[in-house]
Amino acid sequence: MLNEFDLSALIVTLKLAAISTVILLLLGTPLAWWLSRTRCKLKALLEALIALPLVLPPTVLGFYLLIALGSNGPLGEISKWISGQPLAFTFAGLVVGSVIYSLPFVVQPLQNAFSSIDSRPIEVAATLGATPVDRFLTVVLPLARTGFITATVLGFAHTVGEFGVVLMIGGNIPGETQVLSIAIYDHVEALEYGNAHWLAGGLLLASFITLFIVYSLNRKFSLFKGSD
Amino acid sequence: MSIECRLKTVRPNFSLDVDLSISLKGITAIFGPSGSGKTTLLRALAGLEKNNGYLKVGKAIWENESHFLPTHLRSIGYVFQEPSLFQHLSVRGNIEYGYKRSKISNQSIMDKAIELLQIDHLLNRNAAKLSGGESQRVAIARALSSAPEILMMDEPLASLGEGQKKEILPFLELLHIELDVPIIYVTHSVDEVAYLADQLILLDKGKVLASGEITEMLTRLDLTLSHGERAASLIQAIVGEYDDNYKLTYIDFSGGQLTVPKKQLSKGDRVRIRIEARDVSLTIHQQNETSILNILPVIVDEIADEGDAQVLVKLRLGNDLLLSCITRKSAQQLDLKVGKKLYAQIKSVALLS
Repeated sequence: MLNEFDLSALIVTLKLAAISTVILLLLGTPLAWWLSRTRCKLKALLEALIALPLVLPPTVLGFYLLIALGSNGPLGEISKWISGQPLAFTFAGLVVGSVIYSLPFVVQPLQNAFSSIDSRPIEVAATLGATPVDRFLTVVLPLARTGFITATVLGFAHTVGEFGVVLMIGGNIPGETQVLSIAIYDHVEALEYGNAHWLAGGLLLASFITLFIVYSLNRKFSLFKGSD
Repeated sequence: MSIECRLKTVRPNFSLDVDLSISLKGITAIFGPSGSGKTTLLRALAGLEKNNGYLKVGKAIWENESHFLPTHLRSIGYVFQEPSLFQHLSVRGNIEYGYKRSKISNQSIMDKAIELLQIDHLLNRNAAKLSGGESQRVAIARALSSAPEILMMDEPLASLGEGQKKEILPFLELLHIELDVPIIYVTHSVDEVAYLADQLILLDKGKVLASGEITEMLTRLDLTLSHGERAASLIQAIVGEYDDNYKLTYIDFSGGQLTVPKKQLSKGDRVRIRIEARDVSLTIHQQNETSILNILPVIVDEIADEGDAQVLVKLRLGNDLLLSCITRKSAQQLDLKVGKKLYAQIKSVALLS
């Protein structure tokens, strides 16, 4: 069964994934919209930057994040100035890391969904008196619904499953930065296969059920296709 | 509602250079071959294309050097070539979209549009599940629901099949009669122009060739509209008596009376009559021993060549105009000159409404 540490790891993981997903959606939506509509030359540069976590070993990203979030890093400095301590080895630091690491998993499906929306319905809304924000909320968002479901599920799941980055920047502080994937690793290291089974099996089942529900809800759902 | 516009757009393969001042009433058709810039002009009027130029509608400046009124602040309705209904909303949701955002929020206009276009039975349907003709009717009602000052239509029939075109045309005519909204109507179909337009803006290669009253424009011999196979003139007329003995209806207009074999017309109705140039022959003396019923006195107004062997004659009868296409030989034998009085024999007339 789950022990006290496993339970707190579960809570930290869910909290981290939930907060990161919300931030990712808030950040990713305007970014993806801009990328889907712009003809700016910076687009390719930005797309490449966002996609980096897809190809980089998590330890590389984690290493640089550790430096950036630490006492002498730029983000660490800012954090020290605000809260008195650097971001490395804190929950907030994990959130920053997760957001960066999971960004492509949210931005790409959203960008694909937005790109597949024809400009015609948006023009129709404009001729009917809808302001740009109104058009986005009442036409673009509903039409990009499947893209948002994909982005949310992928963003959340990817944050839950992250290991390397957390290991590098989170340390392993129970109740603060110890997440499920690391707790499983610890159990295996300590040869506590029973505990590892509970966590790993639970995660496997939960992931499967979530994906199954999403696929059933939307038969058109596909990982990187967004909506059509 | 008057429109004054000077717009200039230069693109790699196309340029639009329009200087136009027109008073909108009824249906104003923007007519021209494909690629002439009709749609670009309409989109510019709607603010969907940004140009450097000047646009004044009524008393309001919509565009000048320092100011560009965005589309959502222009009081327009716009019907696109494809119905482009919001697929995520019901038919009612689509129609109310404009109504909810209208500054005037005049529900009677929305209700009237729904009634005129006969879509009340579709209101709770899914917008994605309508036929082409139904969708376009809903799209028109949606455009009207915001109580626009101008209704713009970009080839609203082009995406429909022949049957569906015939289904929509009477509705457009009804809108024209029942609603007091000026319509700008883009089309490349001569038939739609003849059927619907009160005024015409003739566009070619991004430039306005001419603009004015439809009856004038169709008979202007310097424009291509009056030439070719389908050249015809339009006459606005009023339904007169019905002769039950011969099953004929008399139709009155400024130049006299025409007889048509049709009876489902109520007396006093306004009708539009289209007479093709090749159906009009000319004679010096009024013929009595002929099967042709419609013989009217006319005055020659203008003569122009039509190919090598034929001439096109513009005739005046009352306030109306008629075109006649005859051979050059006949013209010489009749000694046609401007101002000459003779008789036009009209072989067939088409009632458009």
